[in-house]
Amino acid sequence: MVERTVAVASRTGLHARPAKLFVQEAQRLGVPVKVRVGSGKEVPATSMLGVLSLGAVRGTEVTLSAAGGPEGEAAVEALAALLARDLDASDG
Amino acid sequence: MGELRGLGVSPGRTAGPVIRMAAAPTLEGLILGEGAKPVAGGVGRALGAVAAELEERARRAQGEAADILEAQAMMAADPALAEAAEEHVKAGLAVPHALDAAFAAHREALLAAGGYFAERAADLDDLRNRAIAAALGLPMPGVPDPGHPFVLVAEDLSPADTAGLSADVLALVTEKGGPTGHTAILARARGLPAVVACHGVLDLAEGTLVSVDGGTGEVRTGLDEPRAAAIRERAAEDRARLAAGSGPGRTADDHPVKLLANIGSAADLAPGAEGVGLFRTEFLFLGRRSAPSFDEQVSAYARVFEAVPDAIVRTLDAGTDKPLPFLGLDAEPNPALGIRGLRVDRLMPEVLDTQLAAIARAARATGARPSVMAPMVSTPGEAARFAERAAKAGIQRVGVMIEVPAAALLAAEVLAEVDFLSIGTNDLGQYAFAADRQHPGLADLLDPRQPALLRLVRLCAEAGLAAGKPVGVCGEAAGDPRLAPILVGLGVSSLSMSALSIPGVRAALAERTLDDCRREARAAVTRKEG
Repeated sequence: MVERTVAVASRTGLHARPAKLFVQEAQRLGVPVKVRVGSGKEVPATSMLGVLSLGAVRGTEVTLSAAGGPEGEAAVEALAALLARDLDASDG
Repeated sequence: MGELRGLGVSPGRTAGPVIRMAAAPTLEGLILGEGAKPVAGGVGRALGAVAAELEERARRAQGEAADILEAQAMMAADPALAEAAEEHVKAGLAVPHALDAAFAAHREALLAAGGYFAERAADLDDLRNRAIAAALGLPMPGVPDPGHPFVLVAEDLSPADTAGLSADVLALVTEKGGPTGHTAILARARGLPAVVACHGVLDLAEGTLVSVDGGTGEVRTGLDEPRAAAIRERAAEDRARLAAGSGPGRTADDHPVKLLANIGSAADLAPGAEGVGLFRTEFLFLGRRSAPSFDEQVSAYARVFEAVPDAIVRTLDAGTDKPLPFLGLDAEPNPALGIRGLRVDRLMPEVLDTQLAAIARAARATGARPSVMAPMVSTPGEAARFAERAAKAGIQRVGVMIEVPAAALLAAEVLAEVDFLSIGTNDLGQYAFAADRQHPGLADLLDPRQPALLRLVRLCAEAGLAAGKPVGVCGEAAGDPRLAPILVGLGVSSLSMSALSIPGVRAALAERTLDDCRREARAAVTRKEG
């Protein structure tokens, strides 16, 4: 089990374009990763509706988790790095 | 050649093929569980079709619009949604009902997330309607986007529909709707010809070429493409000719009539207007869980004052008719007759005090001298108390809206308390005729040409002339080139409208002398009702 907690850096939060890029990346990685806020409900990172329902605004700490192992670790790492960037910035 | 007739609510002529907007599908009458055969891929096919259409539209869009459409496609393609719906199918629900239930659960989750996530619930409703239509083999609801110019025909249009209209829409024709409904207001703001209450228009076959006259309300069929192209060309020439006009509003004999713009924010400012006659401040408050802060208000107002130092700011016009979450007002059986506009002040005076203080601060910061006016004033006493509050905040020039017939009947007494009046013809019509503005069956009563409404306007204008104070109109009637001369003939001194309507009104006034306007006004107030 690998876990990483990261604050959402995008100006609009995990919403609109940032949510789209995050979910697309999770789908591309193809490794099951779950997302939650605090001790709230876990949703699959590949679910647009689930990710929106987190209600994560800029600065919200989001926890990513996956099964242990190199694949899970790499996926969590990649998605955490995405969240830590401002995805609203025009360079995407 | 066939002809249909409705109410012309936004002038201009055009022609093109009809494309109908399908209504949202209803599950009423579909029996729960009926047809719950395990149709392979029933759920998946419906959701897939919705996602595919949105992806296709996203490919044709650009920038933010493309992002939004892509995000919506991903909502429709969300595996969690399909799984939930499949579960409901296994439990015995028919595919449309299973989709409905799956969407409902996700809708709740978004609403619970609050803020702008909750606003996505409306997107989800749209996706639900599309998915159910796909499952039932019905045409996709929502505003069509065929990729070529067309005349949009619908039963009626909601604010959500009209927000997403593509630039290909040539004109709007609806079977329902009235002169002050969403369709009319949006069409005028965008300069699109529009006809509402056009009975029979939904029976026209998809693709039928029609000409639309948003002035007379005529919708004609039986033309060919060269004829349609000629109509469009002439309309473009007319627009160019109107746009070429400039300068302040005046009649042929040089009687000045101020032509002002209605705006919702600094973004709506456009050249051509002589000022701002109505700055609606609601936009700052919409969708908010708490009131916008003093500082936020100051900067929004200052942006407008920098461009238009003498703008007329209308204080918050909300209430049970236009609910704002932070006001926390209880629902009322008759919201139009309840706590709205200035009446909100009875329950929470701090909202108005903060707003007036923010307007005064923004005025000082920009060296501007704006005016403020209150919506929904009913008595001279209310006008006096509002004027006192505004003066205390440091605002020099104060007026009130006339939307309630009681205030129009006492126009002279109301005007004694303030510097000017601004008549909101839409609400004044609704209250004078006891006819709900949104009621599709009462469009004739809401026609701003009704003599009784015009006589109320005349009472106000005469009070203004007697007191030497300005009386303007900022309702939809002010932007109608056929009505503007009548309003001027009644004695109105300024007309405030969406910026796009100004060229047409300027041209209509320039063609007439003040005496012509007065003659038209006399005929209009004595017109025998048909």
